Amino acid sequence: MATTPVSEKVVRVSVNGTTYEYEVPTRRLLVHFLRDDLALTGTHIGCDTGSCGACTVHLNGVPVKSCAVLAVQADGAAVTTVEGLGDEELTPLQQSFSDHHALQCGYCTPGMLMSAAALLDENPSPSEEDVKVALQGNICRCTGYWNIVEAVVAAGKGVA
Amino acid sequence: MLLREVSYARPSTVEEAVSLLTEHDGARALAGGQTLVNVMKQRAASPDVLVDLADLDDLRPITVSGTTLEIGAMATLASITRSSEVEVSRPILAATAATVADVQVRNRGTLGGNICVNDPTNHFPPLLVALGASMTIRSASGERVVTAEEFFVGVFETAVGEGDLLTRISIPAAGKGTGDGMAGVTLGAHGTYVANAAASVVDGTWRIALGCVGAVPHRATAVESALDGTDVDEAAVRSAVEGLGDTLDPPADVHASAEYRRSLAETSTVRAVLQAAEKARG
Repeated sequence: MATTPVSEKVVRVSVNGTTYEYEVPTRRLLVHFLRDDLALTGTHIGCDTGSCGACTVHLNGVPVKSCAVLAVQADGAAVTTVEGLGDEELTPLQQSFSDHHALQCGYCTPGMLMSAAALLDENPSPSEEDVKVALQGNICRCTGYWNIVEAVVAAGKGVA
Repeated sequence: MLLREVSYARPSTVEEAVSLLTEHDGARALAGGQTLVNVMKQRAASPDVLVDLADLDDLRPITVSGTTLEIGAMATLASITRSSEVEVSRPILAATAATVADVQVRNRGTLGGNICVNDPTNHFPPLLVALGASMTIRSASGERVVTAEEFFVGVFETAVGEGDLLTRISIPAAGKGTGDGMAGVTLGAHGTYVANAAASVVDGTWRIALGCVGAVPHRATAVESALDGTDVDEAAVRSAVEGLGDTLDPPADVHASAEYRRSLAETSTVRAVLQAAEKARG
């Protein structure tokens, strides 16, 4: 006997180490769950079409676009948002963004940081090419990208 | 974006998923959601019920069984790029998966979801036709296997109908004397294709499939016959491909006129064949 489809569902999601249990409409996107239900507004909505990467978060450790994931798909998963990267202090990656002027308006920055942090987890000393591939899904309309790439490469070399 | 209201179920077995897809009108399988969720925002798709395949672990493994590479429909593109089984038995699948969209999309997007969309500008439809892949589809009445050419039916249409679930994609593992190539022009470095060609040679026998020139991948059979059993060099390939464009009736759009697509199809074919020939020589 198959389960009955529902339009509201209780989800249990660990976000930045805290477990939340919420009843959500099944049509709610993960990005809205994070921003509107949990008030974690560091995760931005840029294009809302899966193109710009501003909404990037880590889902079970890998970067995904939270506007292309339903909140119910994250049931049972661990999510890290930009708020979960560091505590009061900036992480070396965040400090490197500041030092290298890797942001202007800052709108894309949370997504850039999440993609870059996932890269550094997997490859602690990425090359310029590695960084470009890792950030391909993140669009920035201000910086021209060079300073972002330099910031991530420098963070990998520990010279932030 | 607020999606239209939709019901949701997360079955724990393939049988249960098939029952859900069969019992509910307007039910649709949800794999990685990298296409479906976005087209639901645009209201280009409005399923009444989403059947989330996330818990069907049977559909994730990538294995080699005898001389066949078996890729579960829920294997993500990221897992295909990292799979040692793929690297050993059909490396072009990993190389191609690595050029789809971006890291985030590859982490969620699955091979099964990708091909069930059958977007004519996509990478895998022509490649899987050239590789001679077959697809296993489950329904309430049992399991059936179709060839890649039977699988791709029309623009956004495949052999997976109502109540059907694609479970796995099978590709012959490459032995000595096998070579594969894929070439084309994309929108941006890792975008969708404007035109492409995939070519595969196994012991001197060629299979060539073109993308973006019709609703489904187009086999370039005349080119295949001209190349079969020959010693492939660049002059021979150019001569075999000459006139291919005239046999095609590609669409024209904002990215390319029909005439330009004919020309790109020929150039892509030459490049894909030369890549494959070089790989086959080892």
